[in-house]
Amino acid sequence: MMQTWYFSEQSYHPAWSEVHGDVRITAASDAIDPATAHRLLNRYIDEWVAADELGFNIMVNEHHATYTCMSVSCMLTLGILANRTKNARLLALGVPLLNRLDPFRIAEEIAYVDCMSGGRLEVGLIKGTPFEMYVSNANPADAMQRYWEAHDVVEKALSHQEGPFSWEGRYFDYRYVNVIPRCYQQPHPPMWLTTLSSATAREAGRRGLVLAITASAPAARMAYPIYREQYQETFGRPAALDRFAFLGYVGIGKDRATGLARGQKVLKFVEATERTAQSFINPPGILSDVDNARILRAGKTTSHRRKVLPDGTPMSDRPVAEEYVKNSVMFAGSPDDIVDQLRAFYDSCGGFGHFLMQMGGELTAAETIDSLELFAREVQPRLREFGIQQAAVA
Amino acid sequence: MSQTENIRVAGVSIEVWRAGEGRPLLYLHSGEGVEPALSFLQSLSSRYQVIAPSHPGFGGSDLPDHFSSVDDLAYFYLDLVKQLGLEGALLMGSSFGGWIAASMAIKNSGLFSGLVLASPLGAKFGDESTREIADLFSVPQYNLSQVIYADQRKIDYSEWEEKDLVRLARNHRSFALFGWSPTLHDPKLSRRLYRIDLPTLVVWGDRDNVVKPAYGRHYADAISGARFVLIEGAGHYPHVEAQARFEEELASFSDKLPMFAGACPKREGAA
Repeated sequence: MMQTWYFSEQSYHPAWSEVHGDVRITAASDAIDPATAHRLLNRYIDEWVAADELGFNIMVNEHHATYTCMSVSCMLTLGILANRTKNARLLALGVPLLNRLDPFRIAEEIAYVDCMSGGRLEVGLIKGTPFEMYVSNANPADAMQRYWEAHDVVEKALSHQEGPFSWEGRYFDYRYVNVIPRCYQQPHPPMWLTTLSSATAREAGRRGLVLAITASAPAARMAYPIYREQYQETFGRPAALDRFAFLGYVGIGKDRATGLARGQKVLKFVEATERTAQSFINPPGILSDVDNARILRAGKTTSHRRKVLPDGTPMSDRPVAEEYVKNSVMFAGSPDDIVDQLRAFYDSCGGFGHFLMQMGGELTAAETIDSLELFAREVQPRLREFGIQQAAVA
Repeated sequence: MSQTENIRVAGVSIEVWRAGEGRPLLYLHSGEGVEPALSFLQSLSSRYQVIAPSHPGFGGSDLPDHFSSVDDLAYFYLDLVKQLGLEGALLMGSSFGGWIAASMAIKNSGLFSGLVLASPLGAKFGDESTREIADLFSVPQYNLSQVIYADQRKIDYSEWEEKDLVRLARNHRSFALFGWSPTLHDPKLSRRLYRIDLPTLVVWGDRDNVVKPAYGRHYADAISGARFVLIEGAGHYPHVEAQARFEEELASFSDKLPMFAGACPKREGAA
């Protein structure tokens, strides 16, 4: 059965029109009105509580030094939601292992939230946004080795329950690793990761982690088959649909025009995320030498998200919702439109068991609640058929 | 005539550019690699036997998995000096290579006859809130030349060969591995510079936008007896941007150095 997870980035969107230029890394914090930030942060929590009551699961994230996302720690937000929600699964997607320098503390916070929520936590241990390495100061040049060592520390810290162990690795050094309380889910919550690379998709399949692809249909079509192949090889059985997740933006209204207009408001978030200085987009060592050679030749850095439509034509300078719909990055319009769009994309990539529904942007609180209610009432029941039909075919 | 060959030192295969005869001069390149200095090195080879290796992780040199610090490079090059019989050589480093050279001299000044530092990085003299060395990793690689050269030239890579661009990209990645954090310095270095017991020449461009001349004066002051020379009009690569003037300073410095008794360069170790 398809699970739907409600997600917004807890942005401070009033600043998007006030701040000139970049809104990440180097933007001054004085565009924050503390009373407005207080109101918005509480509003976002209330929206997740409403989503829980409507039968959605919940996804949160974190970023650093940016007006696009005020959540500075997944586990801070989830600590609140663990107490305020009743049924929703609570997904951190994710905890950026590269930009969080202490994996022991990550393990402790995972166990705390899992206990607090009565075992409703799911954890994406992700690498993190490359340009935030300028904030955390994590070295991008040996990022992947450090990522996997941190991953091993977190997994062992949660799984090893017979007293402390010591860890003397290349990147991390601990005398006594001992997580108390231990997790509610034993030995630890389900683990997810995100990627846009084939190598990481394969590693996720080898480890049986949930593979989440965020806002890129071509990446899903590339990564899911690699995961399926590797999972079959490692575990000797096909990967279930619940190993696959896709994040898309949603603009839903009672009719197509309202849905597309709401989609356009959600896309204000995407526009804001692109206001990042070229200096920070590509820290050395994140991309391959061959990719960086191409960038040197071009003499400019471009976003990893390709701005072309499926037929190869470029998107508009400020792309509209319909264009993102064509790319299966956004699902927008009436409830019927959204079911059709999701169905077509689902079939094109072999299916997935989790739909991560991102809204936020410049939607108002009332529009958000109305969207959640519409989706719960008119879309969600029809998504349940997706997995069942595929299972019957298989 | 120059010659590039790969040799194996301490189990690591590295690429070495060599040219000329005379007093051996071991040149350690900047974070960009050896290429920007090649014409300078070619010119030096009329007076010196120039040995210019590409650091592990740069150029055609392997990067051992366990290398991650300037100390790793400094110990590696001390091994190279012994293996190639370069005792008594003049040791010169530019920028990042100057940091490596200073680290080598701190560990063993006795191997060399003199030390030449062209805008070296690696030391910190100011307070916590003052960044003295420009963050070369916050500049897109295709714009680095605008920071490095006094004339803020922009290098057009559009016609470069793929293999040369890949090499350049790898250099930048390795540079970050060694220099990312603390940003292009070692907090302990400034308190260890006193251990350098060698005739030392510190050269700076007065228009260096990476590290200001005042920082260079601190560097020279921390090394007993070091001579500080400021070259007008030059940026971060004074030996490249003011080559003739730099060579004059180098000649007047090195001519006063005694020939080192043990200096008898060998060519063994070539792979």
